[in-house]
Amino acid sequence: MADTEHEFVRSQMLPALAPPSSQVGAVRWMRENLFSGWANTALTLISAYVVIHFLWGMAPWWLHAVWNASSLPDCRKIIQTDFGPHAEGACFAVVHERWKQLLYGFYPDTEYWRPNLALILMLAAIAPILFSHLPRKLLAFSALYPFIGYWLIWGGTIWFPVSALLGFVIGGVVFKLLAEKSAVVAAGAGIVIAALWWMFGESWLEAALHAALPISLPSVESRDIGGFLLSIIIGVSGITLSLPLGVLLALGRQSNMFFIRSVSIGFIEFIRGVPLITLLFTASLLLNYFLPPGTNFDLILRVVIMVTLFAAAYMAEVIRGGLAALPRGQYEAADALGLDYWKAQRLIIMPQALKISIPGIVNTFIGLFKDTTLVVFIGLLDPIGFINAIRATSEWNGIYWELYIFVGALFFVFCYGMSQYSMYLERKLRTDHR
Amino acid sequence: MADVTTPPKDVFRLSMLIYDTRYRSLTIQAIFMILLMAGAAWLVDNTIHNLHALGKDFNYSFLWSRAGYDINQHFIEYNNDDTHGRAMLVGLMNTLFIALISCALATVFGVVAGVLRLSNNWIVRKLMSIYIEAFRNIPLLIWILVIFAVMTEAMPAPSAFRGENPTSSMWFGAVAVTNRGVYFPEPLFSRSLGNIDLGIFYVSTDLIAILIVLAASIYAYRRLGRHAEKVQNATGVRPVTWWKSALILIAPVLVLLIALGFHLGYPALKGFNFQGGIQARNSLIALWLALSIYTGAFIAEIVRAGIQAISRGQSEAAFALGLRPSRTMNLVILPQALRVIIPPMISEYLNITKNTSLAIAVGYMDLRATLGGITLNQTGRELEAMLLMMGIYLAISLIISGVMNLYNRSVKLKER
Repeated sequence: MADTEHEFVRSQMLPALAPPSSQVGAVRWMRENLFSGWANTALTLISAYVVIHFLWGMAPWWLHAVWNASSLPDCRKIIQTDFGPHAEGACFAVVHERWKQLLYGFYPDTEYWRPNLALILMLAAIAPILFSHLPRKLLAFSALYPFIGYWLIWGGTIWFPVSALLGFVIGGVVFKLLAEKSAVVAAGAGIVIAALWWMFGESWLEAALHAALPISLPSVESRDIGGFLLSIIIGVSGITLSLPLGVLLALGRQSNMFFIRSVSIGFIEFIRGVPLITLLFTASLLLNYFLPPGTNFDLILRVVIMVTLFAAAYMAEVIRGGLAALPRGQYEAADALGLDYWKAQRLIIMPQALKISIPGIVNTFIGLFKDTTLVVFIGLLDPIGFINAIRATSEWNGIYWELYIFVGALFFVFCYGMSQYSMYLERKLRTDHR
Repeated sequence: MADVTTPPKDVFRLSMLIYDTRYRSLTIQAIFMILLMAGAAWLVDNTIHNLHALGKDFNYSFLWSRAGYDINQHFIEYNNDDTHGRAMLVGLMNTLFIALISCALATVFGVVAGVLRLSNNWIVRKLMSIYIEAFRNIPLLIWILVIFAVMTEAMPAPSAFRGENPTSSMWFGAVAVTNRGVYFPEPLFSRSLGNIDLGIFYVSTDLIAILIVLAASIYAYRRLGRHAEKVQNATGVRPVTWWKSALILIAPVLVLLIALGFHLGYPALKGFNFQGGIQARNSLIALWLALSIYTGAFIAEIVRAGIQAISRGQSEAAFALGLRPSRTMNLVILPQALRVIIPPMISEYLNITKNTSLAIAVGYMDLRATLGGITLNQTGRELEAMLLMMGIYLAISLIISGVMNLYNRSVKLKER
């Protein structure tokens, strides 16, 4: 065997051949993703037909869009003269004509810079909360923003938000001074003194400062605020307030103290059991029964309170899920380190529980933002309210797609942005090795 | 020596109420309850004063007085001479009806879209993503209003169905989609058995008879299945049962329907509108479609997550045991996936039930429109009507979540 003569022995490797054309590039991708079997091919053909049919039907409508017209008949006339007697087209002229109302409501024209600036500052205030690599000192601005935003949008004297802020400062100082002795007493004293300040000291200081140094913006009534501005105001305040309240409710529900636990459970189950509409009607119809005669506080504020309570109950359930998912050992480890209840929550429990519940929390935020549209039923003019009003005018009677597409797209941008951010956050905070 | 071993005497000092964790929780709870009671007392006191100042009292006698308004969709006998209480009941039934049909359709949409989103097919996957994202990120109210606007403004008027060459025609000659609603054929019985009076409302005896026969058929069908199983266990051969089960399920109902003289009453254009058949108003259709498509997008995500939660090893193990794909699905995948899918699905059903209150946008006569709408405005009893309405919604929600808890307990993994 050993002396078998070989005619030819290859001493070099051949270069690899290119793979068959059906196994590379677009062809392979199509074979795998579109035509991998007869059922798949049928599905592909059917859905391609549906998509093309849909786009083909829609295309003329979009291509014939008219952006400048004063009424719907006018608009249709323009389309028919331009594209033939049977042409149909979108009439985005209504958006062009009424975008100010859809975005700002009856906010005075000359003051549009104020909500615009408030929105830009809001983005600046949110940025350090959303992205942890920004300098932490910016958080001070975020804490101040609610007062700045309030002043910009509602106007009036600057000393009102300043003296309201002072209440928080006084309360915080009292807490710091007493915190050495006992945290519970300090928290109680801080809240009581801040409340006393708001009740008695604030208006006096505000009047005195205003007399000395009158800095003010023209004030805007709440009933003039409408459109998408209103949705953002309600949505953003609801979101900021409902998260801390939801955390408190979740902790209350997990608490060992019987009364606190049962009140939390009762509150959460009640709010989750009734539709938001009934709560909004309560805010607009019944609040006058529950408050002392003659009190009349702002409808937007009432709605914000109701929306916050509503979202907080859902938030509490989401966070409770996160708390329940934490292993018991985490609580025991915190006890073993000698941390008290609030330190343990702040340093060990909440960072982990909140991380687990991010998707649920953001879903609640998105739900809250979408639910702001319901305020139209208690007479506030949000974008939907203006759509109804515009559709009722003689110029634009009979128009619907264009307005709903515009408003729907605005909501979509905000909600989709939120869900994308939550995915980014989940990826960033993922610490397990997958 | 004795004073070393005896523990220090446990004296109670007042400061221990704050500093000692054993007593601190009592202090906190006491203060909390006092504040809560004070707040509640303040609210109740204000309410009493305000009611007194308005010359009103708090009672529900208005539920027994004449309502005086009509409700365009009622499942029980109702006219405007009936009481507010009965109007409320009609509204409640309308709420439950729309919730029920929306849950059914939303499940269909959700399951189909959820499964297709996991498909190997790129186009189908992307289309489903677009559907899910579009509906999850745009408010439900907008969808309801859009569908309602399309129904009322883009659909043909009944007059378009008239004449030799009508511009519109009925689907299959039976269903007419018009701007006044959708007209379906209605089931009629020429030899009807009449109605049974249950005190509050009538129930059709025909319906009861059909349900009884159906229940009996299903019972017999399951007996047959169990018998086949027994034979299979004893002999190893499963008897052929498909034609027997088909006969058992279909024949009795068919005989009963023929005996009752079942036929369809088709809608027909008479005068300015369609007569006969069942009219589903635009409000009902718009609310139904919007609720189902919107919630379907959420259910799709739940279904997808449930299927993805089952590890591949499960189906591989089932194949290794020699189970056919259908048995793998029924015996291995579904029981595990359903445990993940059903609890969030039931809370979506709960959301649908609460979202039916958006009927206010299209004027569907649900509980909010009757009790919390016209009745409230006519009688001026905001407090009573709102409290009663919240109570009813709360009861519905608690019942649904009670059912969910029962289910959760029954499918919970039995662990140590």
